[in-house]
Amino acid sequence: GLASGGAAMSSGGTLSILRSDSYAELSQYRDQHFRGTRYDQERLLRKSCTLYVGNLSFYTTEEQIHELFGKSGDIKKVIMGLDKVKKTACGFCFVEYYARGDAENAMRYINGTRLDDRIIRTDWDAGFKEGRQYGRGRSGGQVRDEYRQDYDAGRGGYGKTVQCQ
Amino acid sequence: MSRRRHSDDSDAGQPHKRRRTSEPSEIEERLESLICRVGEKSNSSLESNLEGLAGVLEADLPNYKSKILRILCTVARLLPEKLTVYTTLVGLLNARNYNFGGEFVEAMIRQLKECLKVNMYNEAVHLVRFLSDLVNCHVIAAPSMVAMFENFVSVTQEEDVPQVRCDWYMFAFLSSLPWVGKELYEKKDAEMDRLLSQAESYLKRRQKIHVAMLQVWTADKPHPQEEYLDCLWSQIQKLKKDRWQERHILRPYLAFDSVLCEALQHNLPPFTPPPHTEDSVYPMPRVIFRMFDYTDDPEGPVMPGSHSVERFVIEENLHCIIKSHWKERKTCAAQLLSYPGNNKIPLNYHIVEVIFAELFQLPSPPHIEVMYTTLLIELCKLQPGSLPQVLAQATEMLYMRLDTMNTTCVDRFINWFSHHLSNFQFRWSWEDWSDCLTQDLEKPKPKFVREVLEKCMRLSYHQRIIDIVPASFSVLSPANPVCIYKYGDESNRSLPGYTVALCLTIAIKNKASNDEIFSILKDVPNPNQDDDDGEGFTFNPLKIEVFVQTLLHLAAKSFSHSFSALAKFHEVFKTLAESDEGKLHVLRVVYEVWKNHPQMIAVLVDKMIRTQIVDCAAVANWIFSSELAHDFTRFYIWEILHSTIRKMNKHVLKIHKELEETKARLARQHKRRDSDDDDDDDDRSTDREDGPLEEQIERLQEKVESAQSEQKNLFLVIFQRFIMLLTEHLVRCETGGIDVFTPWYKSCIERLQQIFLQHHQIIQQYMVTLENLLFTAELDHHILAVFQQFCALQA
Repeated sequence: GLASGGAAMSSGGTLSILRSDSYAELSQYRDQHFRGTRYDQERLLRKSCTLYVGNLSFYTTEEQIHELFGKSGDIKKVIMGLDKVKKTACGFCFVEYYARGDAENAMRYINGTRLDDRIIRTDWDAGFKEGRQYGRGRSGGQVRDEYRQDYDAGRGGYGKTVQCQ
Repeated sequence: MSRRRHSDDSDAGQPHKRRRTSEPSEIEERLESLICRVGEKSNSSLESNLEGLAGVLEADLPNYKSKILRILCTVARLLPEKLTVYTTLVGLLNARNYNFGGEFVEAMIRQLKECLKVNMYNEAVHLVRFLSDLVNCHVIAAPSMVAMFENFVSVTQEEDVPQVRCDWYMFAFLSSLPWVGKELYEKKDAEMDRLLSQAESYLKRRQKIHVAMLQVWTADKPHPQEEYLDCLWSQIQKLKKDRWQERHILRPYLAFDSVLCEALQHNLPPFTPPPHTEDSVYPMPRVIFRMFDYTDDPEGPVMPGSHSVERFVIEENLHCIIKSHWKERKTCAAQLLSYPGNNKIPLNYHIVEVIFAELFQLPSPPHIEVMYTTLLIELCKLQPGSLPQVLAQATEMLYMRLDTMNTTCVDRFINWFSHHLSNFQFRWSWEDWSDCLTQDLEKPKPKFVREVLEKCMRLSYHQRIIDIVPASFSVLSPANPVCIYKYGDESNRSLPGYTVALCLTIAIKNKASNDEIFSILKDVPNPNQDDDDGEGFTFNPLKIEVFVQTLLHLAAKSFSHSFSALAKFHEVFKTLAESDEGKLHVLRVVYEVWKNHPQMIAVLVDKMIRTQIVDCAAVANWIFSSELAHDFTRFYIWEILHSTIRKMNKHVLKIHKELEETKARLARQHKRRDSDDDDDDDDRSTDREDGPLEEQIERLQEKVESAQSEQKNLFLVIFQRFIMLLTEHLVRCETGGIDVFTPWYKSCIERLQQIFLQHHQIIQQYMVTLENLLFTAELDHHILAVFQQFCALQA
């Protein structure tokens, strides 16, 4: 059937309150290591089929991610984020879909829900490039695990700076 | 609410505030926003907000009439949950400006005609209802509305038209009556009586073969799954018996009666329903899902009965709210919970029932399944003290009725429940369900629990599941998802191919190339010695076994490892699986290795199709093979089959799109060439470009035809295998004198129904072939009935 919202209607159209799609919008985050202009990055983000997924437990597996994110569509690839030094999972990953619409549904319905009892966060990614699977923190993991003060059993305990004290 | 003083907006006005070029769209946005927001939570009453807005719009009419018309027509079409708010607004505008009222009605009729022309029937219903409520607002004269309904009902007299066409016009008439029945009856009771009796005779004579295919439960207790028109008819009959007294709908226009009854009314122009064409696609029939009644919430307000018109209105409005806000889960949840009449109806129960109605709807839910899971979680967050309990109660009720629940709906229940639990630490009172432990494992209840636990494991890990269920449930717990490598143990060294497996293992660990693998495999004897054509490339099951077992075992660590392995040794796979038997055997070995890990089987099959190691038909044949008979009723098998069909469908669409795009490019090129007729140089260069494009189109055309043929073949294979399997069972039961209706049979026949329902648009293309080749009159009536139900869906 035809989509509602008046795509084919000449006398109508739609209403901006019904166009609202805040979960699928770009966030404020921009990758500082991105090679190219802001404009390039945003153009890629707007047509991307790849999501960054954060706040994973270090123990969450590719299989679990595949099962959860498979609920919004067929997954092309999952790339686990790794500690640069240890080469073990360090709590983030990339999920690439074949279709942008499936990634949008993940942003609408999987972002902000739980995986391994943790609220995970998804965001648009400009596309995987070799090297981006590694944490950028000084100790090898993610930056957020360098400085945090709290104890998180699923993410190696205390933050690295705290651990070194 | 500011008033724009357009009389000030002259050349001598205050130009410093306005940027003239952007103004019109800014104003349109403001107008749209004002109109859309009326009726939302506000410090002032709805009546005073409507009064104020009517004043603002009236003042804007001289300059922005067409924009206002457009916005009002759009809200009529797209915000049906606020129907009476906007009909009141239009009523007030009409009272102040008769011409505007007339133009609005004309615009609505134009919009209605357009909707019907482009098959937007759901939105057309909202327009009809809006028009009918305008009678209550003294905008439209009751007799002219009755005349329109007479034209609608006369569609049921048309000959040689699909029943679904007549159904829609009947639905549009009957479903407007909760709003306008009283008024129309007061003004034209004889005509209305005639219409209602025509409705009754239509409803009696229409066929309902399709109902069985669309019901969520096969049993009528505790709530019958009624066909949607039957239910609506009962509701309207009851409304008539109650003398059209309807108390649930919010009617803001009542407060303005003194103003509105002074207004002049307009007559609807005579409306001829557009004729049926080949391109007309009418809505599919539906079954009304009910799971609650007033006994389920004894403490709270009374739930309106299933045949009360209040029930109809509440359900319509809640469905409309979900349709409006499905992309914004927090807004959707908030809007559902702020549905008016909160303290007079058990709103949480209505909301849960409407959400499950959509989730379990056949053929498909209106929105993606995962949306409902997340929406329910948002609702639980907003009503933590009451909604989780209703949800638990609903889950319990659904569990109790599993024995008669349609298999497709059970699938969705499994997916929803396991995903929901994963957001709440898998907390559930499993002991309450111990009754399933004493049943045969193939019965619906233990089967459901098994599948739920398997899905829960996929979202967590094996030990977690062992920990969350009582020890008594271990018989239903999923297997530890480990790989089974037949050449793993020294004790297996007598197995043929054992030494080659060892060789392969070492070679692969040492980063061997495809060629090296080929040469190692050359030494594997072929148990089908006679079939060997000497080139060593015929079907050799042992070669396949040794290679696939070894590789998958080495790559067992994760999905990524396995995908890399498939990619690296793609050449070997393609060669070994060149024949149909080869493909089938690869799938068999994959199953043997990973039968404890259905999720892995699914992703491997997906990858192998995408990299063309196996094709869709091979997967279909494998699923119906005797080796898989033991797993035939397991959920994962059907996930694989439907995923396979979807890939096939997407492939056909993709090539078709490519073809259309290339044709469009050629057409543009021709256009350019035709307009440059005098320029010889251009002609020559475009001629050169034409060739490749035309060749491309020819190639793509062939590709499309071949893909479509493959697609048709896939469905034929699937139907054929179903028929064979079901016939075998039916014959066995007949000769053995045992009851046909085993759990296996129910599952199998509903899986056949599922194929029809889930892919009905594609399958419609094959009706002639199916009728003549497969679903012929000689077929057992049990199987033929499924085909007939399917035919009835768009008849």
